[in-house]
Amino acid sequence: MTQSSPSPPLLDMRGIRKSFLGVPALAEASFQVNRGEVRALIGQNGAGKSTLIKVLTGVYKADGGTVTFDGRPVAFDSPHAAQLGGIATIYQEVNLVPYRTVTENIFLGRERRRFGLLDWRRMNAEARELLAGLDVHVDVTRPLREFSIATQQMTAIARALSFDAKLVIMDEPTSSLAEHEVSVLFDVIRRLRDSGVSVVFVSHRLDELYAVCDRVTIMRDGRTVDDRAMADISKYELVSKMIGRDLAEVRRAASRAPHQAEAAPVIEASGLELGQALRGVDVAVRSGEIVGLAGLLGSGRSETARVLFGADAPDSGEVRVDAEPVRFAVPRDAIRRGIGFSPEDRKVEGIIPQMSVRENLTLALLPRLTKAGIVDRRRQQQIVERFIERIGIKVSSADQPIRELSGGNQQKVLLARWLCMNPRLLVLDEPTRGIDVGAKQEIQSLIRELADDGLGVLFISSELEELVENADRVVVLRDGRNVAELRGDQISEERIMAAMAHGAAVEAEDGAR
Amino acid sequence: MPETTTTPAAPSAAAAPAVRRKTSWAAYTQRYGAGTALVALLIFNALFTANFLTPANLLYVQLRQAAPVGIVALGMAMVIATRGIDLSVGSVMAISGQVGALALLSGTGLVPAVALALLAALLCGLFNGTLVARYGVQPIIATLILFIAGRGIAQLLTDGRLQNVDDPAFQFFGLGAIAGIPVQVVLLVVVAAAIWFVARSTPFGRYLVATGDNEPAARLAGVPVRRVKLIAYATSATLAGLVGLMEVARVSASDANNTGLGMELDAIAAVAVAGTPLTGGRISPVAVVIGALMLRLLQNTLIAHGVSREVAQMITGFIIVAAIYVQRQAGEGAG
Repeated sequence: MTQSSPSPPLLDMRGIRKSFLGVPALAEASFQVNRGEVRALIGQNGAGKSTLIKVLTGVYKADGGTVTFDGRPVAFDSPHAAQLGGIATIYQEVNLVPYRTVTENIFLGRERRRFGLLDWRRMNAEARELLAGLDVHVDVTRPLREFSIATQQMTAIARALSFDAKLVIMDEPTSSLAEHEVSVLFDVIRRLRDSGVSVVFVSHRLDELYAVCDRVTIMRDGRTVDDRAMADISKYELVSKMIGRDLAEVRRAASRAPHQAEAAPVIEASGLELGQALRGVDVAVRSGEIVGLAGLLGSGRSETARVLFGADAPDSGEVRVDAEPVRFAVPRDAIRRGIGFSPEDRKVEGIIPQMSVRENLTLALLPRLTKAGIVDRRRQQQIVERFIERIGIKVSSADQPIRELSGGNQQKVLLARWLCMNPRLLVLDEPTRGIDVGAKQEIQSLIRELADDGLGVLFISSELEELVENADRVVVLRDGRNVAELRGDQISEERIMAAMAHGAAVEAEDGAR
Repeated sequence: MPETTTTPAAPSAAAAPAVRRKTSWAAYTQRYGAGTALVALLIFNALFTANFLTPANLLYVQLRQAAPVGIVALGMAMVIATRGIDLSVGSVMAISGQVGALALLSGTGLVPAVALALLAALLCGLFNGTLVARYGVQPIIATLILFIAGRGIAQLLTDGRLQNVDDPAFQFFGLGAIAGIPVQVVLLVVVAAAIWFVARSTPFGRYLVATGDNEPAARLAGVPVRRVKLIAYATSATLAGLVGLMEVARVSASDANNTGLGMELDAIAAVAVAGTPLTGGRISPVAVVIGALMLRLLQNTLIAHGVSREVAQMITGFIIVAAIYVQRQAGEGAG
């Protein structure tokens, strides 16, 4: 540990500002890394972690602020310049050349030469030596793609070391590793630290941070909100700083009667497993019930939603609709059973950008809108107009392309796409992300109204407040497993946070220290 | 007729101020460039080319020459709408032509011969479509297989020999006319109208466009994206097969080496030059027909005025590149 080191930090970023099209991504962010330290960098989606790293490594140019690295002010103008300056970045998806050999990948761009020709003997020997230092023993003359992701990562690290990197940034390096590979990676990280190299470790798995990191920097909304020694901060406090909720804040509307508690579930999933993402998730939704699904990034929330909707096939586990086992091959199968799904990323997976509001709204309904195989334009228009009015979608006409609408109105169109089908269950993945406050309120109360009319809703949100306000029951996931289920008056931000942090719904006082 | 129709009734909900669509020069050129060029070429020829404005020339030379490319391009447009491409159309024409000729010469009679030829083409399309839709092979690679192997298959069918086909009933497909209008031209109009109707008014048509515009979103909305792609490739190949038969009928001989040679590029050019983005999500049969007519007339005009065939091809190539450049500009303008 280097808490008491009097020497200036290896990396010192101060007052970093960066905006995209006027929207600030970083506002006065700061970041320090000491020599020979493993530093955790955490924050929710959009907190500014990756922007900060990209500013550091020369992918983006900061609008303001200073960066001091190894005692000198720096402003790298490309990732290559950062690499030559001693900062190496290892991404979650290894960015090497899969069809070239391990050696070539390590020396790409600065091949060793002899009499103007490539000196393969020397390069292979050096590559073997670098990898041996990481306790990896492989045939370096084989193409990289023949090796596991873990070995590919080690190759990336070896490449970083061959540049004499002083700082290695690892962006979610464990997301595609198996458990024993993770422990090998951790050994390497510790070895790097002991040899004086600093490591920045980005991960959403709290246990990993505590296992390998010395200090942590927490970011939220483009700012640095805390910088602490790992040993001095509890998981609970970590999560609450990340999410930005004060420990004592409680807000829950008058508790609703768990009126439908005894009804049979519309959908029931048990033991869902999917790669590293899901390792046994159980979830059930009854008609008229809003079930909140909580968890940190990477906890398996979105994966669960996609499996329930047939967008991804689980490795194992069972899904039952009306107590009848089902196996959805494609979303179309789930839609036929009365399920609708609003995906997390509206732009990428939700809207058909060039199509009109009318066509986007009725896309799923089209098969039911035909007369003798031809779309019944009149009925289509009636339905569209009804929903535009009912939900209050602001459009100039039903023929306006959906890409011209605001995020909130796009989301309303996507909700209407399912509502016009009279669904029994809606799976909503972050339905209010990135939309303005007014539209958010409207969407929340719409969902409540629909649930009161008997619709089952699975509601995924990163905003605990939203879950507390809206859900009848909250299921908390952590590392792809159920860790808690809260209902009625039990639902509070503290309890959800505690479960997200510790993996059990222990009382908040225990977690807060 | 634009590719989407407008519905007059505006909804009663509070109307938000519509974002003004950028009408840059690029967007205009993309939309109307080919049509404007076609009109300009017609005027130029009317003034400076002898015997241009005669029914015989317009119908039996200009339109009849442009129609085969137009029909193949219409099938190509369906594939391109799904964000795909079909390089195999020329080879499929050769296969279909050879199968049809072989069947006729072996005495199956006209209808079975045509049916067999179209079936062969359909199978080619299903092969392409299966590779793309089911196995996720990149369209350009998937259709490259038949582009190369298909012509080989056609040549194998007859050991590469030219076959004379002089069945008068069959020749009607290439040389005949209905009410004074060449068969090819009639077919072009029929196919264009059918695709226009399907694209506009059937769920399949809307799925076609949705798949090309945003495939993951379309899938999550219940669109059977695999089936949609399969049908698009099957249609493209079947139309190519039809045109292959017409070409054999027109020259009264089937030639595995030359039937449909280079057709894939002519068809893609016809689609692209009329403003259909190669990135999918759009289909406009009218624009495709205009594109095919314009490119053919351009070549004929250049050659009629003493420009050599080679130079005419270079100029055509330049215009296609310009059209694609304009497309990129317009695409960026629309965000």
